[in-house]
Amino acid sequence: MTDTVTSPDAGNAGAPPEDGPILAADGTPLARSLNRSVRRQKIRALALIAPLLVFVLISFIVPIVGMLLRSVDNSVVPETLPRTVVALEGWTASGPDDTPPPEVYEAFVLDIQKAADERRHTVVGGRLNYQTAGVASKFRQLGRAAEDIDTSSPEAAKAGLIDVDATWGQASIWQTIQTYDGEYTTGYYANAVDRNLDVDGVQARPDDEAIYLMLFWRTIRLSLIITVICALLGYPIAWLLSNSRERNANLLLILVLLPFWTSLLVRTSAWKVLLQEQGVINESLTSMGLIGSPLPLMYNQFGTIVAMTHILLPFMILPMYSVMKTIPPSYVRAAKSLGATDFTAFRRVYFPQSVPGIGAGGVLVFILAIGYYITPEIVGGTTGIFISNRIAYNIQSTLNWGLAAALGAMLLVAVLVLYWVYDRVVGIDNVKLG
Amino acid sequence: MNGSTRGGDGYVVFDDVQKSYDGETLVVKRLNLAIERGEFVTMLGPSGSGKTTCLMMLAGFETPTHGSIRLDGRPIDNIAPHKRGIGMVFQNYALFPHMSVAENLAFPLEVRGIDKTDRQSRVQRALDMVRMSGFENRRPAQLSGGQQQRIAVARALVFDPELVLMDEPLGALDKQLREEMQYEIKHIHEELGVTVVYVTHDQSEALTMSDRIAVFNDGQIQQLADPSTLYERPDNSFVAQFIGENNRLVGTVDRVDADVAYVDVNGTVVTALPVNCGDGGGNQTQLSIRPERISLGDAGDNVVDAEVKELIYLGDHIRCRLDVLGNDEFIVKMPNAASANAPTIGATTKVTWSTEDCRALDPAAIAAPKGTT
Ligand SMILES: Nc1ncnc2c1ncn2[C@@H]1O[C@H](COP(=O)(O)OP(=O)(O)O)[C@@H](O)[C@H]1O
Ligand SMILES: [Mg+2]
Repeated sequence: MTDTVTSPDAGNAGAPPEDGPILAADGTPLARSLNRSVRRQKIRALALIAPLLVFVLISFIVPIVGMLLRSVDNSVVPETLPRTVVALEGWTASGPDDTPPPEVYEAFVLDIQKAADERRHTVVGGRLNYQTAGVASKFRQLGRAAEDIDTSSPEAAKAGLIDVDATWGQASIWQTIQTYDGEYTTGYYANAVDRNLDVDGVQARPDDEAIYLMLFWRTIRLSLIITVICALLGYPIAWLLSNSRERNANLLLILVLLPFWTSLLVRTSAWKVLLQEQGVINESLTSMGLIGSPLPLMYNQFGTIVAMTHILLPFMILPMYSVMKTIPPSYVRAAKSLGATDFTAFRRVYFPQSVPGIGAGGVLVFILAIGYYITPEIVGGTTGIFISNRIAYNIQSTLNWGLAAALGAMLLVAVLVLYWVYDRVVGIDNVKLG
Repeated sequence: MNGSTRGGDGYVVFDDVQKSYDGETLVVKRLNLAIERGEFVTMLGPSGSGKTTCLMMLAGFETPTHGSIRLDGRPIDNIAPHKRGIGMVFQNYALFPHMSVAENLAFPLEVRGIDKTDRQSRVQRALDMVRMSGFENRRPAQLSGGQQQRIAVARALVFDPELVLMDEPLGALDKQLREEMQYEIKHIHEELGVTVVYVTHDQSEALTMSDRIAVFNDGQIQQLADPSTLYERPDNSFVAQFIGENNRLVGTVDRVDADVAYVDVNGTVVTALPVNCGDGGGNQTQLSIRPERISLGDAGDNVVDAEVKELIYLGDHIRCRLDVLGNDEFIVKMPNAASANAPTIGATTKVTWSTEDCRALDPAAIAAPKGTT
């Protein structure tokens, strides 16, 4: 790379030599001295944004990575029951009443005695309970009883444990421990797609317990419907905004932004007042005699669609507006002067140029909608809730954070996949947000 | 307002047209203008003088507040823009960015329902006309300013309109390209025989290209005439000041007799051609003399003292800035002759001009020119 040999007649260093790299004034290759001078600038620029970068890293990237890890994390089992995990290796149950060898019992009792001292036996019980309901109470029971079990010999330990509860004399509980003995598990993801992971592999859940795939599908379907309605409603408003006199446009813009100045909760509750059975709409329709019994306007998908369309509409209008504002009126005028009717001028000239705005608004609204929580929670009832409501349920009620993380990760992947598809079809470069 | 009163016939006729956007001020005041078929007429005026507004009314994008516009004898006030069949070149070209050059050119033919093979041959012909064949598949963004300009002209002509409007089409180009395009547009006009209404604020552009020029100021036509008349016989001080270079002397009319005005300029009486200065004594007036009509010397109708302030060597001639009768912006163009009687800075000399080259005009714009030009 340090080929600085120049032909004898190449007098000044700036002149291109016969072959080899172009040299800077001091004889070093031009590319290298350019790199060197640019590098210092880069380092300085990086130093300037470093605080922000660190902040973004801590507040944004770290939680996402944490969530992704939590969705596969199973370390509580091997950490709390290390001896049991080793002892269970190689054992396969030959039938429902087959029990592991006594050494496994001894190892397990020793593990549990230690865990009970550290008050961690309920944690591992809780973890396994997500896979087999009822396990948690067996572990809780052991917290008190494990101390009294005789561990002088493996056989004594086995007899003692089965004496505490007959469950320990069946194959299934040991199979559960065996299935979830690794540091990492795919069990949460199996659950997230309505499957169960057990010794025989991944099994479909019975239909009445399968809800997540249906919820994912519903979330995507309703979000698409909401996005389309927002686009249809938002387009004329954005057009009006970008084509009216400045003073009127400002007033209109304030009206569009007005919802941002009231709390999301208030706006959603307002819809509740309007839509419920004794709400404004039903009452007025009834008093006018148009309907006999109240229409079911809320606690269903209709309610979710109406309220979310209203709440997300500004996110559609603003990107559309910012794109339309940049379309000079002379384009439509040119089209008309060339003989196009109003409609043709719109369809052939104005609309294609406003597509990036629709794209930007569409992506924004769809991504916001797909993760929406409060509004479906309040007006959605059971048929109108989204996947995020179920994620929140798993975090708050069942405390199954692993499953919640797996569902969240799948939502994230769904958004990224859609984003990728969108990029391939429309091209993300065509999206303008401002 | 001279020359603009023959509102009766013509291919394009503005008949007493007024326009106000806000209901308070008139942007166009009483416009009367008749344009013959095949003519190249330029609307020339400073920015904000209402030129674009006139063009937009003709194209149908603005409606006159009062008066009517006739095209080929028919009032067009109630005809939608797309039915007027007027080609238009916009200032920023307005080429559709999402269509290729060929699609842009085919657009007016397509909306007219012309079939595909015919369309292709006409697009090709239009491209040949502006010497842009081979660029069919480019997007407008991939063309230089001059190339976009040519495509915009081609698109305005491809559907064979009889009338083409151009609103400062060369405003965004650099000087050399602009001059080149001026000739090209002029040639196309001569070749096709279309009527062109052209808008510009560049007086040299107007002088090079036009059959007739309507000088706009303040929503009014100040003078409508062919280029040489406009330059040599301006009707009023605005036109004299706006077109070409002009020396101004402000004075009071002493008397007018036998087509000679005697004007008192700072105590010296000079003779001038009375054009627009009233016929009595005591009126304020502005004298207008072109720099090339003045010579150094002491033989002529008017001979006055001058002090040389500045000399600028320009090769073929020398610009000489003088102090004449209290005006120290007085410019004289001296041919760069072999004779070496060139003045020196600070020297006093004498300048002379003939009575008919000095036009006594209205004083109205005395304070204005700085602001309007
Ligand atoms: N759409 C409009 N609304 C309000 N005022 C306008 C509009 N278009 C032009 N004007 C005003 O009318 C005057 C003349 O404008 P214009 O016709 O564009 O002049 P020019 O083309 O000679 O520069 C200007 O003062 C301008 O501010
Ligand atoms: Mg203009």
